[in-house]
Amino acid sequence: MRLLTHNMLSSNIKGVANGFPLLIEVEKVIEKQVDFNPDFLKNIFPKIEWQALVQASRSMGYSELPEESPESSMLDSDDFLMKFHHVLLELHLEEGALVCPETGRKFPVNKGIPNMLLHEDEV
Amino acid sequence: MSLRTAQIRLVSSHPEVYEPCDDSFALVDALLADRINLVEHHPVLCMEVGCGSGYVITSLALMLGQEVPGVQYIATDINPYAVEVTRKTLEAHNVHADLINTDIASGLEKRLAGLVDVMVVNPPYVPTPEDEVGREGIASAWAGGENGRAVIDKILPSADKLLSKRGWLYLVTLTANDPSQICLQMMEKGYAARIVVQRSTEEENLHIIKFWRDFDIQMDAKDIVPNKAAPVGVMDTLLSQVHRLSFRRSASSNNN
Repeated sequence: MRLLTHNMLSSNIKGVANGFPLLIEVEKVIEKQVDFNPDFLKNIFPKIEWQALVQASRSMGYSELPEESPESSMLDSDDFLMKFHHVLLELHLEEGALVCPETGRKFPVNKGIPNMLLHEDEV
Repeated sequence: MSLRTAQIRLVSSHPEVYEPCDDSFALVDALLADRINLVEHHPVLCMEVGCGSGYVITSLALMLGQEVPGVQYIATDINPYAVEVTRKTLEAHNVHADLINTDIASGLEKRLAGLVDVMVVNPPYVPTPEDEVGREGIASAWAGGENGRAVIDKILPSADKLLSKRGWLYLVTLTANDPSQICLQMMEKGYAARIVVQRSTEEENLHIIKFWRDFDIQMDAKDIVPNKAAPVGVMDTLLSQVHRLSFRRSASSNNN
């Protein structure tokens, strides 16, 4: 699972009011190169919750994203775009867990696939 | 020539995962038939709900390929074996989708709302007793409850949430699912529809329907549906098509 998807995923347990962002417990992170596409990055940028992305990237061992939500003028900077690209699309949580910020319930991630299936009493 | 669809020999399998079949081929044929439009549409995010073997999402990624650079793909399935098989199928074709083992789009509906430009769905559409719906393993690939609508009726509101303003939905339906009623229901939500592929096999009569947002349709629907009057325009053509096909099918089965 990449951080693009992490940024779109919330805890889906019944009764949880604020299930976003899910905390990340890392066992294994892998990197896979993806073609750099500035248009995609500019399109998706306004939809990204910046703090969640920064927090997630730090859990994954990457600390070069600016803490503060960047001005949209930053999208003209190739240096910034490359970092944003790397964090969003090239870092994969291969093994680990996603943790509901409200209940602490862990959703396991195996072979890069988060298991968001709920138990009967959580639906 | 570059490959436009997934290759069957590279599609992974598992006893508990639905293998590509007539319905999967019909959906991929519909996407191929509409490929030029899809390329021009230039989607940013594409999603498959119920990815099964991965044949459809892999084919979509291959057919958009280099012509639409930078598209990202997300696929879900409730069956843990299916997402695993999809992962292998994608890898065998050297394409990527982020996979989530979840029920329809559970966990994604809040943050992914309004972001999906293309959604493809081959739902469990086979009419079965209601208690067969939601069982584990391969049954989740086909068990559709009464009229095969139990899961479809959960997917449609979810699709409506996730699709972007310019979002398109490609849905596989069976005549028994009452596609014209599905189209009317979507029309009330503001979607126009068209049948991209219609295919009859020995066992089933499939329609692959494409839905897209159309504000005029929504206005029409508000006038029409409460009064139960006949639909007009695009929907009229579509519905008459569906009715005719349904009629033809029931007529032929009466003869048999």
